[in-house]
Amino acid sequence: MRRRVIFRGKVLPYLLLAPQIAVTLVFFFWPAAQAVRQSLLREDPFGLRSEFVGLENFRAVLADPLYLNAVRNTAVFAAAVAGIALGAALFLAVQADKRIRGAGVYKTLLIWPYAVAPAVAAVLWLFLFHPSIGLIGRALNAAGMAWDYKLDGAQAMLLVIVAAAWKQVSYNFIFFLAGLQSIPASVLEAAAMDGARPAYRFWTVVFPLLSPTTFFLLVVNLTYAFFDTFGVIHALTGGGPGKATETLIYKVYVDGVQNLNFGGSAAQSVILMAIVIALTAVQFRSIERRVHY
Amino acid sequence: MATLELVGIRKSFGAAGVLHGIDLSVADGEMVVIVGASGCGKSTLLRIVAGLETPTAGRVLIDGRDVTPLEPAERDIAMVFQNYALYPHMSVFDNMAYGLRIRRVPRAEIRRRVEETAALLGISALLDRRPRQLSGGQRQRVAMGRAIVREPRLFLFDEPLSNLDAKLRVQMRAEIRRLQKRLGVTSLFVTHDQIEAMTLGDRLVVMHEGRAAQIATPMEVWARPADTFVAGFIGSPAMNFLAARLAEEGRAAALAAGPVLRFADGPRPGAEGRRLVVGIRPEHVEARAGPEALPLAVDLAEPLGSETVLHGHLPGGESLTARLPGGLAPQAGEVLPLLLPAEALHVFDAETGRRLDPLEGMARR
Repeated sequence: MRRRVIFRGKVLPYLLLAPQIAVTLVFFFWPAAQAVRQSLLREDPFGLRSEFVGLENFRAVLADPLYLNAVRNTAVFAAAVAGIALGAALFLAVQADKRIRGAGVYKTLLIWPYAVAPAVAAVLWLFLFHPSIGLIGRALNAAGMAWDYKLDGAQAMLLVIVAAAWKQVSYNFIFFLAGLQSIPASVLEAAAMDGARPAYRFWTVVFPLLSPTTFFLLVVNLTYAFFDTFGVIHALTGGGPGKATETLIYKVYVDGVQNLNFGGSAAQSVILMAIVIALTAVQFRSIERRVHY
Repeated sequence: MATLELVGIRKSFGAAGVLHGIDLSVADGEMVVIVGASGCGKSTLLRIVAGLETPTAGRVLIDGRDVTPLEPAERDIAMVFQNYALYPHMSVFDNMAYGLRIRRVPRAEIRRRVEETAALLGISALLDRRPRQLSGGQRQRVAMGRAIVREPRLFLFDEPLSNLDAKLRVQMRAEIRRLQKRLGVTSLFVTHDQIEAMTLGDRLVVMHEGRAAQIATPMEVWARPADTFVAGFIGSPAMNFLAARLAEEGRAAALAAGPVLRFADGPRPGAEGRRLVVGIRPEHVEARAGPEALPLAVDLAEPLGSETVLHGHLPGGESLTARLPGGLAPQAGEVLPLLLPAEALHVFDAETGRRLDPLEGMARR
């Protein structure tokens, strides 16, 4: 039985909630409202006056080939990051779930990357893959491969994808490991007795039973790739070369902070806001319906 | 259908020995029940037969072929688990068809076999359901069906009835027995419940601390228990044990409580004064006076209608339980004379706990 504390009157509960409500209003709703308002305005070059232009900013953004380029980049980037991060984490979790020596150490080490800040992670990868000072970058060039992610857009994209995915593997790993450990051993033993080899067992029993975890992580990873990878891209490539790694979130920054196109940047922010709201809604619904089988 | 043979099976987890050399041979179509208290190694033994554990030493032979190094998948054995272990994301049909699909049985044949088995178990209406939509008894049937449909060489049951309520357990017990006889599949059944063991098994393996204390038919285990552990484990209420010494050149036991009881079936070996344990089942104790009667001070009387179970103690302090006809209703505190009929006595060696049979040539059998 859960004990419920019931407050008399309405003043005390609202008073207790007030700090949380204040934080939410000041740091979330107010900026969001500002972004929506800004997206409907156009400022003059000196920032002295602004006029209402309706949906003009949205029309301009959606017609901009550079924006469509960012959409394409984001799609490739998000799909690859989620795919690599989920795949690698699942593989590692399956290995860690076996009875091996030093499993505790192995698991602990795998969780560490999650504690690294995105920008620091980017610097780490930079020191590995920089064409002239990076360990692996130099080795690649020495081996005759023309590795320079600051010139080659595909290489740049590859590098930001790997760096961004690497950081997310730890998080996914923990969830997958927990998911694997909640599968009853007897179910796997039953499959073994039924004649299933380990690989067949994995795809017919383990993977389907992990599907709620996988789906939850897919949404979380997409959200991460969309919104939390600014630091990685900023520190590694700055969106370049030639906008090859400019994603939607990075373009908001470039257009708003560097190009001072507040209206256009705000319109992009509002579009991103709509995406994040949709993703969050999907995620919440999946949490409510925890059992899919 | 196959024979199963276990040769010198040993198992230890690290330094802890769990099984200390089990030998067993199961005939084709036989149902052998492995019974013992929890922690005696019975489940480990079953898992070794299944291939889910590797024995530290010893061999498992199916149809005379050594399968010890084989994976569970290669042994063609089906197992019913204690928690049923159904695949939660598959329908009942897919649960039962899983093993057949792995063996690449043609689709039409799978459908025919699953439907036949479902009809046999009375679960035809449930084939489209998921396991979580089933009751405990229905899950039990599906788990059985998944095992039966594969037509394996060997059935293993790991306490499959322990999660069912008492009524369902009795019903499923009878059903398992009926099915096993009808299909004629060699089976090993693990349980801690002596009633399950007695009713299901063609033979019992009574396990105690990693050893097979006795391997025999249920009636023989009951009538001639091999040692004091088996004697105390099989039968309810448990057998009474009284300290005694060998007397009259092996022809009688002098109870520590006083009377000298002459053996009905011949003298036991050993020197005069050898320390013995004399066992008698509560239902064999008679409430009659006589020269060899023991005075039982009643501590507790449990009237069950058709019978009364008395718990009490003898003058020496040894406790004794008696099952008497229901008409008698002594009260706690009363002293009742009890006779121990000579033909119902079991004689064990006090040091080893082993049964002492009459000397060769004078035995009943």
